[in-house]
Amino acid sequence: MKATLPLTPSQTVGPFFTIAMSNCENEGRLSSPVGNEISGMGEPVILVGRVFDGEQNMVPDALIEIFQADAAGSFTNPDFLGFARSHTGNNTDGYYLLKTIKPGATGSSAAPYISAIVYMRGLLTHVYTRIYFSDEIDANAEDAILAQIDDGRRDTLIAQRNDSDGVVTYEFNIHMQGDKETVFFSI
Amino acid sequence: MSPIDLSQHPPFIYPDYKSSVSRGPLQSPIDLVGLTNQRESGERSGSLVNRFSVGKLDHDLIRNGQQGGLPLGERMVVSGCVVNQWGKPEAGVLVEAWQANASGRYAHRVDQHDAPIDPNFLGVGRCVTDRDGNYRFYTIKPGAYPWKNHPNAWRPQHIHFSLIGETIADRLVTQMYFPGDPLLEYDPIFSAVPANARERLISNFDLGITEADFALGYRFDIVLAGINATPVENDLDEGGHN
Ligand SMILES: [Fe+2]
Repeated sequence: MKATLPLTPSQTVGPFFTIAMSNCENEGRLSSPVGNEISGMGEPVILVGRVFDGEQNMVPDALIEIFQADAAGSFTNPDFLGFARSHTGNNTDGYYLLKTIKPGATGSSAAPYISAIVYMRGLLTHVYTRIYFSDEIDANAEDAILAQIDDGRRDTLIAQRNDSDGVVTYEFNIHMQGDKETVFFSI
Repeated sequence: MSPIDLSQHPPFIYPDYKSSVSRGPLQSPIDLVGLTNQRESGERSGSLVNRFSVGKLDHDLIRNGQQGGLPLGERMVVSGCVVNQWGKPEAGVLVEAWQANASGRYAHRVDQHDAPIDPNFLGVGRCVTDRDGNYRFYTIKPGAYPWKNHPNAWRPQHIHFSLIGETIADRLVTQMYFPGDPLLEYDPIFSAVPANARERLISNFDLGITEADFALGYRFDIVLAGINATPVENDLDEGGHN
């Protein structure tokens, strides 16, 4: 194969990305084309969570982006845009919040999942992880990726489902370091 | 195909950059490509190009934050070409930019630097690359600003960039710097980049981009991974880009 061009290196997103990436920061001026909602046919779900550093402090300035298949498990549906972003500075509790639909499984041995990308001040190169669902017990047990993660770390990839008043919320917290360090992937 | 080459990017932990010590992951990322058939990897699936639309003035930071006057500072045109690692131009890429004003202050509530806010400058821009992979912003040269990383720490002048290409495997968030900035050698964020890759983050003054009687031109070309692109024989002009 021919030699490739060197890539443009990554840099941290820094502390002030919300002026460009969040619509609340600019008093509504110059609204971003990337919102915190993914719309489409399927089961509506809310995805929330917090990010913790190695000292177990909540990170109040992390950016979370998600990418997912539609409810049928397709990544190529032209009528479905499976990309959204949120951040942990929306409120003092430090939760990001995304509204989406639950994706379908994308292969015979794959459990449904949402891909997530994490950025923050202090993180020089972004990291990728996957969000699987706690109520997909059988599918998760057969998933080819989850099967190859150490038993002690697999739970870091499972979002916990909560049903209340007809609203489905999955909580997915991200730990950058420590006993509960989230599994990150190189892709 | 191998995963994204992390050796071309800064490490997760770079002790001179203090906040990386507790925020960068300590475990090695797990190679997803090695665990699965590439075609089943959602991270390399779908297409995010031409999926986001931008407003008419979004690329023009000189005008898009105006509230009755012009922003202060040295006007610039920042332009470049977005290609993948095989040299193919990437069309339809969403390029987002944000920056401090000419005094080194962001229009952000958390920024407490004691420098004036410019009521006519938001420091936010975005555009979509054209069919040849080109983007163009009009803006004001950002000022340097102090930060708390170490005594007398100052960030070199920079513009933050974010690019959404074909797939999320191409995702890039970076910063563009300026040639000859004396603060670069003291900046741990810039220095965290492998030494042979640092110059790729420094824009070049370009008289061809400069607009007479209006604004100085800087060129900043960007190479994304282009992870799903098929390398084409003779597609790459040897010794061309950069
Ligand atoms: Fe900055």
